[in-house]
Amino acid sequence: MRMSRTRREALFGGLCLCCLPTLGRAADAFAMEEIGPGIFMRRGIDGEATAENADAIANIGFIVGDEAVLVTESGGSHADGAWLRAEIVKRTAKPIRHVVLTHVHPDHCFGASAFAQDYPTFIGHHGLSAALDSRGEFYRGRLAEVLGAERAGTVVKPTMNVADTAEIDLGGRTLRLTAHGTAHTNCDLSMLDTRSGILFPADLLFVARIPSLDGSLVGWLKEVERLKGMGAAKAVPGHGPTLVDLAPALADLTRYLSVLRDGTREAISTDMPIEKAVQTVGRDEGDKWLLFDSYHGRNVTQAYKELEWE
Amino acid sequence: MKHLAVAFGLSLSVLTSPAWALGAGDDDSERLARWKEIQTSIFGERKLEATEAMVKIDAPNRAMDASLVPITLTMPEKDKITGLHLVIDDNPSPYAAKFTFGPAADPGEIKLRVRVNNYTNIHAIAETKDGKLLETVKFVKASGGCSAPMGMTDEEAMKGMGEMRMKFAGDAAPGKPMEATLMIRHPNFSGMQMNQVTRDYTPARYITKVEVSRGSSNVFTLDGDISISSNPVIGFSFVPEGKEPIRVVAIDNQNGRWEHSFTAPAVSN
Repeated sequence: MRMSRTRREALFGGLCLCCLPTLGRAADAFAMEEIGPGIFMRRGIDGEATAENADAIANIGFIVGDEAVLVTESGGSHADGAWLRAEIVKRTAKPIRHVVLTHVHPDHCFGASAFAQDYPTFIGHHGLSAALDSRGEFYRGRLAEVLGAERAGTVVKPTMNVADTAEIDLGGRTLRLTAHGTAHTNCDLSMLDTRSGILFPADLLFVARIPSLDGSLVGWLKEVERLKGMGAAKAVPGHGPTLVDLAPALADLTRYLSVLRDGTREAISTDMPIEKAVQTVGRDEGDKWLLFDSYHGRNVTQAYKELEWE
Repeated sequence: MKHLAVAFGLSLSVLTSPAWALGAGDDDSERLARWKEIQTSIFGERKLEATEAMVKIDAPNRAMDASLVPITLTMPEKDKITGLHLVIDDNPSPYAAKFTFGPAADPGEIKLRVRVNNYTNIHAIAETKDGKLLETVKFVKASGGCSAPMGMTDEEAMKGMGEMRMKFAGDAAPGKPMEATLMIRHPNFSGMQMNQVTRDYTPARYITKVEVSRGSSNVFTLDGDISISSNPVIGFSFVPEGKEPIRVVAIDNQNGRWEHSFTAPAVSN
């Protein structure tokens, strides 16, 4: 491949928030862990989409009920989704009836095409369809440049739109879905497994990997409060360890987002221009997150353009 | 490709080759050839002189966000400057902005935010009172800035269109230029952003002209294009004379016209 690594990073134009050098495990170290009763998760790589890792950078997995299987996240590419599907059929013969598309980012929804043969219900936030309309092809093109068109997959639209909340019954196991206000993106969907009490906030919760802001900073802090009120003690973040204690993980996230908000507001109120704010706001968070240097500056940019109109 | 058919105010019909398709892998001679082509289309046979002293470009070597790349242009010998051209060579419509300074301007520094679609040279050309064109260049790594979809619907992006704000830095003092930042709410749709609800590209809708004046005195006129980021923010300076408000008129390519006035801090004696 002629492209340099830096070229690949740039291909995503900063919109795919999933890139950069592989810091995590190699693709061959992928493993499914049963993190709760009938809940299987694969930890995503804390790195960038590459041809080698097939954009397997998000935490993806599935939940088995008495009658059916639900896919919590589809994967970062058709190849990643196909890997997940193979892991599912190794473990259960129950039908895959639901695939959750937690938001528009490619590392979460490009695995969906690998499940087309199961004719599942593809579940998304009511804003996801429009978001895929405007971004899906852009993402597909960029992903195809890295992985090749076949391995990248195609844009799959939700067939069930969650306007506010919804429940899915897998047979003796009810999952409660919540459509959030604009936060990480403008189409974030979270899910609570009522059997285990485990929350699946998807990318509303980043652990270890730096959060990426692509929706609304003020909105995200508001939705964090909503997540706290869901009564879960444990959660499966969109990135990072596959199972964490929710309260401290949300506290870390809140700290980062608050630093970003307060520092950016301060910069705006003192007439610090955006290019300087990018270099100065929130630098103390640098040793607390993986991929900080790659994404923090972009987060400040996003925050600045949101907050300068307050 | 539909977006190539869009007619831009400052676009270069001379560029028949799809320059936007080239990029990261180009060698210097290809870049130079492209620049010569663009240069001729804007300036004709006029001669450009390379300078490091008369105009300087500050921009990140690698953009964090290709759809919002902050650029600062400095012209140390500002009294000689009458105009300023910004060209982003590899953008689909390379001629990003043209500033024409009026008598109320203090043209020492201009800040703006642009979209960068590819690895590209960015050229700034200052025009002087004695008719010289002084050119400088900077290479910037970024990709996808023009076609990058916004994180919101078109309707949301158009909310408050035409709203403006102006911020003034510091107190006014006789003889000291006053720094100002003009903010305009406008999506500046590039025409390359896909809206698949309609299965089509969102039509280009961008600001073509911004006129800033004080009383009868012009500060600057900006001819803009699709390379300027959404919700344009422009930093400039003006001479602290007069008591009239600063008046801004913005016009877009779809007959949108917005006018606002801002009271500048007055010089106290």
